[in-house]
This record gives sequence, C-alpha cells and structure tokens, in this order.
Amino acid sequence: MAVNRIKASFAQPRKGETFELRAGLVSQYAYERKEAIQKTIMSMTLGKDVSALFPDVLKNIATGDLDQKKLVYLYLMNYAKSHPDLCILAVNTFVQDSEDPNPLVRALAIRTMGCIRVEKMVDYMEEPLRKTLRDESPYVRKTAAICVAKLFDLNSALCLENGFLETLQELMGDPNPMVVANAVTALAEISEAAPETRALQITPTSLKKMLMALNECTEWGRVTILSTLADHKAADVTEAEHICERVSPQFQHVNPSVVLAAVKVVFLHMRYIKPETARSYLKKMAPPLVTLVASPAEVQYVALRNIDLLLQKQPDILSKELRVFFCKYNDPSYIKFEKLEIMVRIANDKNVDQLLAELKEYALEVDMDIVKRAVKAIGQVAIKIESATERCVNTLLELINTKVNYVVQEAIVVIKDIFRKYPGYEGIIPDLCKCIEELDEPSARGSLIWIVGEYAEKISNAGDILTGFVEGFMEEFTQTQLQILTAVVKFFLKKPQLPQSQALVQKIFQSATAENDNPDVRDRAYVYWRLLSSNPQIAQNVVLSDKPPITTTIQSLPAPLLERLLTELSTLASVYHKPPESFLGQGRYGADTLQKAAIEEQMQNARENPLAAAAAAAAVSGAPPNPQANAENLLDIDFDGAAPASAQKEPGGGMSGLEGLAGTPQRIQSPVAANGPSRPPASMGGMDDLMGLSNGNSGGGGGGNNNMLGGSGGGGGLEELMGGGAPQTNGSASMGGMSDSDILGGFAAMDVNPSQQQQQQSTTTGDGQGVKKSTNQDLLDLF
Amino acid sequence: MISGILIFNQKGENLIFRSYRQDCRPRLADVFRIQVISNPAVRSPILTLGSTTFSHVKHENIYLVAVTKSNANAALIFEVLGKLVALGRSYFGKFDEEAVKDNFVCVYELLEEIIDFGYPQNTETDTLKMYITTEGVHSSGTRSIEDSSRITMQATGALSWRKPDIRYRKNEAFVDVIEDVNLLMSAGGTVLRADVSGQIIMRAYLSGMPDCKFGLNDRLLLDPASLAQGGPAVGNTAGAKATKAAAGSVTLEDCQFHQCVQLGKFQNDRIISFVPPDGEFELMRYRATENVNLPFKVHAIVNEVGRSKVEYSIAVKSNYGSKLFATNVVIRVPTPLNTAKTTERVSQGKARYEPEHNNIVWKIPRFSGQSEFVLSAEASLSAMTTQKAWSRPPLSLAFSLLMFTSSGLLVRYLKVFEKGNYGSVKWVRYMTRAGSYEIRF
Repeated sequence: MAVNRIKASFAQPRKGETFELRAGLVSQYAYERKEAIQKTIMSMTLGKDVSALFPDVLKNIATGDLDQKKLVYLYLMNYAKSHPDLCILAVNTFVQDSEDPNPLVRALAIRTMGCIRVEKMVDYMEEPLRKTLRDESPYVRKTAAICVAKLFDLNSALCLENGFLETLQELMGDPNPMVVANAVTALAEISEAAPETRALQITPTSLKKMLMALNECTEWGRVTILSTLADHKAADVTEAEHICERVSPQFQHVNPSVVLAAVKVVFLHMRYIKPETARSYLKKMAPPLVTLVASPAEVQYVALRNIDLLLQKQPDILSKELRVFFCKYNDPSYIKFEKLEIMVRIANDKNVDQLLAELKEYALEVDMDIVKRAVKAIGQVAIKIESATERCVNTLLELINTKVNYVVQEAIVVIKDIFRKYPGYEGIIPDLCKCIEELDEPSARGSLIWIVGEYAEKISNAGDILTGFVEGFMEEFTQTQLQILTAVVKFFLKKPQLPQSQALVQKIFQSATAENDNPDVRDRAYVYWRLLSSNPQIAQNVVLSDKPPITTTIQSLPAPLLERLLTELSTLASVYHKPPESFLGQGRYGADTLQKAAIEEQMQNARENPLAAAAAAAAVSGAPPNPQANAENLLDIDFDGAAPASAQKEPGGGMSGLEGLAGTPQRIQSPVAANGPSRPPASMGGMDDLMGLSNGNSGGGGGGNNNMLGGSGGGGGLEELMGGGAPQTNGSASMGGMSDSDILGGFAAMDVNPSQQQQQQSTTTGDGQGVKKSTNQDLLDLF
Repeated sequence: MISGILIFNQKGENLIFRSYRQDCRPRLADVFRIQVISNPAVRSPILTLGSTTFSHVKHENIYLVAVTKSNANAALIFEVLGKLVALGRSYFGKFDEEAVKDNFVCVYELLEEIIDFGYPQNTETDTLKMYITTEGVHSSGTRSIEDSSRITMQATGALSWRKPDIRYRKNEAFVDVIEDVNLLMSAGGTVLRADVSGQIIMRAYLSGMPDCKFGLNDRLLLDPASLAQGGPAVGNTAGAKATKAAAGSVTLEDCQFHQCVQLGKFQNDRIISFVPPDGEFELMRYRATENVNLPFKVHAIVNEVGRSKVEYSIAVKSNYGSKLFATNVVIRVPTPLNTAKTTERVSQGKARYEPEHNNIVWKIPRFSGQSEFVLSAEASLSAMTTQKAWSRPPLSLAFSLLMFTSSGLLVRYLKVFEKGNYGSVKWVRYMTRAGSYEIRF
C-alpha cells in the first residue's frame, strides 16, 4: 500500500502537498510519520524544495527505528545548510546516538554528523569524534576515521588542534585491516588538500602495516592502499623489491580496479629494481591485463585506455595477445576505436598477417567511422612494419577497388603517407588516378594532388590531371588549393620545357594571387612566383628537395606527458590521456597551467576536428579569452545554500546561459574558428557568446562573417602593394590584367565568401543546434 | 572519490540523488539529463564538463551515474556502479526503474552504507543483507545489541565473509566448473580467436571454520610438483570419467580468485587455499587459450542472389563424445534488414524467422554428440530505394553442454581441514556454455 502511495507521488504532484506531508510528519501514529518521511525524501529526490518541512522532520529524529533515523539523517544532510540554526536541535540526538550501545547506531551518528556542514555543528563534533575514534568496535572506528577527513574539510584548524591527525596516524597501526584502509584514505585525502600538514608519511613500520592489511581488507580498501603505495617513493631497491613482491599477488584479484591499481604500483616501482626481475613482473602483468578486456564495456574502456598508455612505455608486453583485441560485432564504437589503436601498437612481423586480415574485415563493414579508422590503421601498420608494406598496399588497393566512396578517400590519404616513407610503389599511381572523380573530402583530394605533383615525371597524364584541378581552383577548399599550387609548381619545375606546364603555372599564379581572397594561398603563390622568377635553379632546390622521411603515423604522447600519466594510471587522467589539471579547473591551479592545458586540449580537438584547428591557432596567439576557462568557473560557482529554493530565485536566462556554456565550451569557439589567423578583437568572442545564447547559431555566424569581410579587405590592400612589386619581374603583360582583376578580385571575394561561409555555417549549425536545444530545454525546465 | 551517485530513468527523471560531498549539487542532475540522456550521440561512458565528471552505466532502463570533481579512479567508479547493480539485482530480483521506485528507501540505505564521503566501504551482498533488508520493518528493539555487534564485527573483520558459528548436520560441498567458450571464426573457416573464460562456483555447506585446499590439473602446478605430491585425494570422481580431455594438464592463462583465497600462497606455490563463505560463491575465474576443444563446428554458405534473395546453407556438427548431448542449442542466422519473408528447412529442431531481431532462429533442444544437422533457408528481400550494403553480422550459437570442459580443466581434489575433523562429501559438476560463439560468413 505504501508502495502505491509512493508511486502516486511520482506520477503527479497534488496541490498542497507540503501541507499534507506536514500533517503526516506530526501525526500521532508512528507508521504515518514514517510514510510521510519517505514521501518527503521522495520529493527531495525529484528536486522539489521541501526545506520548509525542516522543523517537522527534525521532530522525528529521536526514534528507535533505525530505518527512519537513516531517512531523517538523509534529509538533514541535504537541508542542513538552509536551516543552520535548527540543526542545533539535532545535536543532542547525535551526541546521544554516538554513545548508543548499538555500534551501528554509533557509526551512523558519527557518519552523519560529519556530513552536516554547519559551522555550529563542528563544536559539538569534537567530543563524539574523539570517543568514536577509540571505540571498541572496528566498524565505528573505521567510520570515525573517515569522519576526520570530513571535519578537516570543514574546519582544518580545529582538526589539527585536537590532534585528530595524530590519532589517524595511530589508526594506521590498527589490528583491523579496514580501519587501516580508511585511516589511509582519510590521511591521503587530507594531505592532498593540505600538503603542508604532511599527514601521510610512510615509514617502514606503516609500510609494513599497510602491506599486511592489503591481503585482508575489502577490495576497496585494497585500492586505497595500492594507490597510496603507488604514490610512495621507495627508499631503496630492497624496499621497491619488497613492495613489488607483496603487491603482485593482487594481479589475481577479481576486481578490475584492484588489478589496475596493483599494476600501477608494480609498474612504478619496477624501474628501481633489477631489470631481469622487472621483466618477470612485466610478464606476470600481461595475463591480468588481457583478462580486463573481458570486463563490462565501461571498465573495459578504462582498461583499454590504460593498456594503451602501458604499451606506449613498454611496447612488447602484449605482443602475443593480438587476438584478444579483435572487435566483437556488438562492441560499442568507443571500444572498437580503442581496440584498433591497441592492435596497431602491438603489431609486429609475426602477427601482421592476422592483423591485416582482421583490419580488412573491419574496412568492409558498414559503419563509416570504423571503416575509416580501419583503413587508417592499415596505413599505420604499413609504415610501422616495413616487411608488411607490400601486403598493406595490396590490401589498400583491393579496398580502393570496392569503389565505396569513403573507403577510397581514406585509402588515398593513407597511401600518400606510405609514399612519403617508402618510394617504389609508384606503379599503383594509375589506379589511384582513376578514382579522382570520387574524391570530395579536402584531405583526400589534397593527398591525391600531392601524389600527382610529387611523381609528375612518372605520370604520363599529370598535366591533364592538374589542368582539371586548376580549372576548378576557385571551388576548392583552402587546403586543397594550397596543394594544387604546390603540385603545379613541382610539375613545372620537373618539366619546364612543356608548354602545358608553363601555361598551367601562369594560370595558377593568376588565380591564386588575383582571384583568391585567402591570404595564405596568396602568400604562398607569391613566394613561389618570386622564387621562380629570380632563379629557377634555386626554386628547384627548394621545392624539389628531399623531404625528411616520416617514421611513424601512430600517435604517441610526448615522453614527459606519458611519464606523468603513468603515475595516474586508472584515473580519469589516464582515460583522457591528459594531465589532470586540464580538466579540473580548480582554484589551486594557476591560470597559466589552465591556459596551457586548454591550448593542449585545443590541439587535441584540432586533430579530431579540422574546424577547430583555427581556433587552436587563435588560442595560441592569445587573442580571445578562453571560453573554456569561463565555463569551468561558472560550473564551479558554489551556489551557497544548495537548496532548490535559492536556485529558483536565480534569473532564468542566466541559469540557462550557464548550462549552455558549460556543456559546449568548444562549440562556442566555432565562430571564432572562422576567422583563422586574422586576430579578432577580444570583445568579439564575448559578443558571439551572448548572441549564441539568444539566437543560436545565426549570431555566431554573423560575427564570423563580419570578420571574414574585414580580413579580405585588409588582404586586398596587401595584394596591391605586392602586386606593384611582382609584375616588374614578370613582364608587363600581366600587369594590366592584374589591376583589372584586382577589382574583380574584390567582387570575387564577395562571391566566394558567402559560399564558404555557408559551408562553415552548415558545419556549425549542427553544433549550434545543440546549444540552442539545450538552452531551450533549460528554459523550459526552469519555468 | 565520488561526489554523488544519481539514478535516472530513460526519460531523464531523477530517481535517486545521493550526494556524498557538498560539491554535488542538485543542478548537476539537469546537466546530466541535457548532456547525456537527451543527447543521442553519446560516445563514451565518461563525460567531463568543466571540472565535473559524469561516469555512467546503463542497466536495463536506468542510468546509474557517478559524479566526481577530482581526478578520480575511473576503474573503481565503474566497479562501484557495477557492484551497485549487482546488489540491486540480488536485493530486488532485477534492478530497473520499477525496482528503484518501489524500493527507493532501501536503495538510499544501501547507498548510505556502501559509500562514505565518496569512498566505497563494503559491498559484500551477504554482509549487507544482514542489516539492510527490503522489509524495512525491523527496529533496533527487535534485534539484540549483541547481534549488531556481531554484524559489525563481520562487516569489518579479517574474515568478513564468514560467520564463526555455522553448524551443519551433513557437511557437503558442491563445485561447479562452468566454462564459456568464446569463438570467432572467419568466413574462410579459420579460427581467429578461441578462448575459454571459466568460473568455478562453489556451494559450501560446511561447519565451523573449514580450511579448504583445492587442486586442478593446472600445468604450472602439475609439472614441477606432481612427483613430489602423493596421490591426490579426490573427493568425488564422477566428473573425471566423463571428460575426454582428462588426459593432459591445462595451462591457465590467468586466474582470479574470490577474496577468501590467499593470493600469496597461490603466487608462491600455486596452492588454492581458502576459508569459504557459507553457501554459494564464485571461488575463481580463469582464462585458457590453448587447446580449446570447440564443441561445435559450423559450416555456413550464404549467397546473395541478385538484390532480391539470400540463400543459406548452414551445417552444424557436434564435436564431442557420442554419449554426451548439448541442450538448448540456439543458432541465430542474421538476415538482411529488408527481409520480407523466409522459408527454411531443417533436419532437426525448429527454425523460425524473428523479424524484430533480423534473425532466423534455429532451435535444437537436444543435440547429441558426433552428429550433424543442416539448415537450408532462403530469405526474399523487399526492394529498397536506397541500396545499402548488408553488413553481414556474424552467425552466433548458444548452447549448454554438461560434463564437458572446453579447456580440459579437471578438479583433482578438494580437501577440507577443520578442527572438528568431520568427514565431508564433495560433488563436482562440469558444464560448457557458449560465450560469444560467432562465425562470420
């Protein structure tokens, strides 16, 4: 029956609910009171403000019913802040309960007291805490140990004065393993919050105690102890050996987090011990790591990200285990991506055939993302393992022959990289050129054009191919335009006597300098122009010089970051592969760190999302204020008195703005991205943000547009200046044309601009809608 | 450390909100709803916004979310959420929206007990069940204080999994060796991946504080030590005869043990020694990749005839002793999404088309050893405006096969030592099931 009533309260709130609840809370019948408390908690969960019932709920605190007590305590913890004065009324009960003969009640009392974060309460906590820390029941002691950490968070001075830290340090020698584990937990937390207290000092004695407790305490206690051991720096080789020896049996624990924590300890202490012993530990580590891959998807994801890190440091630990990382058909895509990366990392001469067969299988699937990554992986393998290159190239050719658009495009990009590493596969170029029509992504087009330019002397119809591209020059993406430019110059330098090449190079300079509005393209065209006109020999040396060969296309973290992340194994940082301060914008980190971290994040984004690349550039130049930082700060603002009452008084628009910002840091940057290197004034970004909130993407797009036009105007001026210089060396024939096309260029720029803008807008639209939707949703939620 | 645990239903209603630290504010529930639940393109189970991280697990029709504000231990968080699901299932039968709504008081109690100030404490179902019950009508009056003391001792004790004063008239121990065979076979018939993940479930009904020693035909143990050790005292040999693979020893790639097993002893001399909890528990899990006996061989021929038809010819052959038989063999044969109708003929069992899963499901209730059955089927496809290639998901098998272990693992002995020196009866059972048994075609 009670259940039905509770369900009903989920379904629809009736009028005067608070009134009804209050009546129930003060009822003379115990069962009615209990039911009313349950309903109150239910409303609280739903986000309704039931803080008005505080005094009435409080009346029910003195009860023998443990369940009811727990519920009242739960309520107290939630609303204590909104009624700090009334909390004092509960103190008596707490103090009494902390001396109750029942250890469960004692523990409950001390646990709850720590969670009521009211200054006045703190004064009353001292005595019960002192008593419970010395309680005869280990259950109470372990709860009290955590409570010290709570108190420290609330009032560190009081905690230090009363010598609770010393008591905790004593508890590290407690006969009960769980008490030890919790004491370690509390001390670790305190020393992280206030390193100056030096709360957690590992001495040989406490180390021994911890290692003893490790084998006896619960799985969670083990994780705590292991994490502490990992942070501990062994005094000498013997100690490191001892720690590894005692910790390595934990590899066999059933809980993945214990296994990962143990791996972390051994991995970090291993570097101090003898290499042969270390190797045997590495060997022991492999099977448990593989077992982690069989865990549920979420844990598996964490494990895979960590395995990726470990492999970057020790590439050969899992070389025999390739098959384990084969994707299952119904693995979520985030797992498949990780598995692909790991497979490429552990690829070697022996398993490469197996791997290629598997990758080919993925490349023929339907999911576009997986297919692209699989093709990319084939290229990475080709570059990593020289002996397998031919097989990889053949596989890629087979894939190209499937004529599936996105497979072909990705394969061409990958083949370009293979060419950069290994010459001697030019034979396949005709095959590649056949699919020229199907390429529509700038990176694929760019890659093919690069190949054509680089091997112009070996491709009989290179001139015709390039002519086609030059004719459509103005419709191409900037990235592709740059490639066409370079390819044509290469072609010209390789076959200068061909009339076709001369005509082409003239034409491309014409369109790149006169018709194009992109300063990058124009600049590069002028550089080539000057170079060619001053001394073709030098130009040849510069343009056709040997390029530094690439060694790998597998992304690896820079060594210092990797070292850093290895100390963070199994934490969020290890999942993100970023240092913790990059996603924890807390006060104690300096603004510089934050900025640096944000830049790094932008770079990461840039790799995934080309649109954001420009934003990264802007961020490096330091022009716009970093919205990310704002977003973090906004999310961290402590709305004191977390009671919904106070939250509801917030102006609605402001609130929704916060949400939008919080969720979409880099999306808001996308209008800035359109500006490229043209350095928008700092206030612009702010305005975009505001507009973005009020009318979604159109405001942002408009902002970008303005800047774009401004940029082209400035560029136009520059062009004229340079135009004055250029014709001198190049004959007067083009001079008249130049001045004409200068004006035309202005119009052309106007024409082209919108089309580009459109493109950018369409890409931002997707994101922008996200912002808009969430904002609307928020507004709806609030009213 | 965890700042709070939240539970949502699919619509994004907040069912449970338990904060452990003050930085977990109610507003975060909205943020999660907007950013994850109403965002269809969720890619990863972890999402960081600002400095708040949401780690979520989806179970049945609810989201379990852990909110963290620091660089928390991600593996631990997901394990805690997993434990919470396991606890919920053991308390309420299943852990879904209905169960959470009906038992929200109990869920809050559990959350209170398993995590304190963001640090997980005790998640042992058996221990928790002693003082948190679904009835919710007990009061401290009905329970003596000694009782509570005992509970708390157990919850924190070195042997937190066992009560000291257990008595049985008849001392028995049942050991179930259950293996899941995972297979991935390529279209060409080569085995891409075959391994066994096994678990050993024990049901111990033993008095007092029994010290058990457990032996397997583990190669690492057998090879160096088999001579030194005397004849193993095998409790019950019922299983030994039945398993063909009994001849050799087995290489276990990796083992994981219940917390009652003394890991140090296993590490040093491969002896599995433990004081078992009372009743049923999972003693160990293991993985084996060498010499996996595949109980079924599948030969699949699938032809796409033009754009309107797919022809199947699937032969399944059993590869175990003729005295054994597998039960509940289910073979799922994927069909294209635009299948209009199917016809199927089978030499054994029944086959049926399940449009909701795009499968032809072929069920054989009893599949005896050394026999072969064939399914031939035809799926006619409806015309589609957009011709998208069929992704050809792999064909999958499910079955269970008694008295057979794919890895060839055997229990050699289970010794029980106790002060009372009583005799005990031990039973061993073997079973092999299909894990992910997939054949590409």
